[in-house]
Amino acid sequence: MNKTEYQKAWLFVIPVFILVAFNAAVPLMTVVNYSFQETFGNNVFTWEGTRWFKQILQSDRFHAALGRQFLFTGIILFIQIPLGIFIALTMPKEGIGVSVCLVLMSMPLLIPWNVVGAMWNIFALPEIGFLGHTLNDLGFDYNFTQQTGDAWFTTVLMDVWHWTSLVVLLSYAGLRSIQPAYYQAAEIDGASRWAVFRYIELPKMKKVLTIAILLRFMDSFMIYTEPFVLTGGGPGNATAFLSIDLVKMALGQFDLGPAAAMSLIYFFIVLLVCWVFYNLMMRNEEQS
Amino acid sequence: MKKYKWLVPTIYILFLMLPIYWLLNMSFKTTTEIINTYSLWPQKFTFENYITIFTDSTWYTGYLNSLYYVVMNTVLSVAAALPAAYAFSRYKFLGDKHLFFWLLTNRMAPPAVFALPFFQFYSSINLFDTHVAVALSHCLFNIPLAVWILEGFISAVPKELDETAYVDGYKFWRFFFRIFIPTITAGIGITMFFCFMFSWVELLLAKTLTAVAAKPIAATMTRTVSTSGYELGLLAAAGSLTIIPGAVVIYFVRNYIAKGFALGRV
Repeated sequence: MNKTEYQKAWLFVIPVFILVAFNAAVPLMTVVNYSFQETFGNNVFTWEGTRWFKQILQSDRFHAALGRQFLFTGIILFIQIPLGIFIALTMPKEGIGVSVCLVLMSMPLLIPWNVVGAMWNIFALPEIGFLGHTLNDLGFDYNFTQQTGDAWFTTVLMDVWHWTSLVVLLSYAGLRSIQPAYYQAAEIDGASRWAVFRYIELPKMKKVLTIAILLRFMDSFMIYTEPFVLTGGGPGNATAFLSIDLVKMALGQFDLGPAAAMSLIYFFIVLLVCWVFYNLMMRNEEQS
Repeated sequence: MKKYKWLVPTIYILFLMLPIYWLLNMSFKTTTEIINTYSLWPQKFTFENYITIFTDSTWYTGYLNSLYYVVMNTVLSVAAALPAAYAFSRYKFLGDKHLFFWLLTNRMAPPAVFALPFFQFYSSINLFDTHVAVALSHCLFNIPLAVWILEGFISAVPKELDETAYVDGYKFWRFFFRIFIPTITAGIGITMFFCFMFSWVELLLAKTLTAVAAKPIAATMTRTVSTSGYELGLLAAAGSLTIIPGAVVIYFVRNYIAKGFALGRV
């Protein structure tokens, strides 16, 4: 859409600008402040320069948490995106089934995140949970509170349960926008199912899939409440992702300086990845 | 192949419903039964857990608090985002692209980063433990999202609509309220749904910014678990009740939900 140049449009944006700046600017400055200083309470601060940044960037603990975070985000993107597309392709296109699917599939998205954690906790507990009980009955030695592998399996399964529907809904919206004429043309040409997917459906879903990857990346990279309630970051530190580790440091040990430095590094990584995605998306939009 | 296509969504939905069923199952059991016996449905069906929640004010005020700040946040976010989204969609102005990305960066900010500074900031302006504090703080991620979705929906409305209205002698605000807003009601509904959803499910900030007076239901749940041992039945009942508002809201927007998740950009 060609836009008119109109500087007064800023007036329209001011309410949003004020509300967001009010929330973002002051707290972010506080974090920046802490990241350069040391405090022993009583509002006494001493200047520390870049010491905390160096400390965090070199600490094994941060590297481990970052590694776990990238592994987790990688795994869930690798599962959720293809699975979401697959389910969207098999969904009914008309009739009552559409509403039923959409409503039921959206359910997990609207459950408070700590309830998701608690629900999966009682669902997966070895003695009383359906999942844990069944797996143990089948002969698996399953206990997510004590075994690292099981904890990861449960956390990933929970996230797949929680968020795959988002990818399904986005892909479905993309598929619905394809005109029937495209399919008819493909049929006349005798195109295979795979060719239809590869040359008609996938290109049409490109835009929504970029949004899906962007949202899933952001949210999985910030994940806190669900694993915190489910495993508490345990066993040991096995599922302590970046946010969990950060809160532990800031509120548990009250190491404000290092925690603030870590926050900024953390935020910077998210920004960097999202910036790349955002530019890709905007380029897509300009092309179409 | 085609004949068995329905199996995939069916299996997926069954997988989604299973943990929810388990939660409901637990909520109709007593805590002793949960711990001592494993059964696929309640042996001694009881409403005890629900009765406790509806009669104990520390429980049910949690729901009211949550609903109160969620609604406040939804109205605030959409009202502020509407003119901004219009501006981003229709006009070019100094720094527009940078501003739009800056807004989105706030959606990307991990709440864990902001938890402590938020606590100090809202305490220093005397808003700690109020509904307003939570509603305002959720604007951090809901306003960028609202602007993003609304911008998508508004860009889908041809610009000729605006131009025709001006030719017909409409002043800007009259056009905006009389013609434009009714045209994008679906988009506004979807946006409200998303603001509601993300404010309803968020806990970290809501918990950090409240103590007693505005404590959300999600926080009430965590606290009760830690103090009175494991009241699993009660926890399950409280959890089941948090699903209801979401389910109600979904039902109303079911026809637009897919488009909404695509942020109006299909």
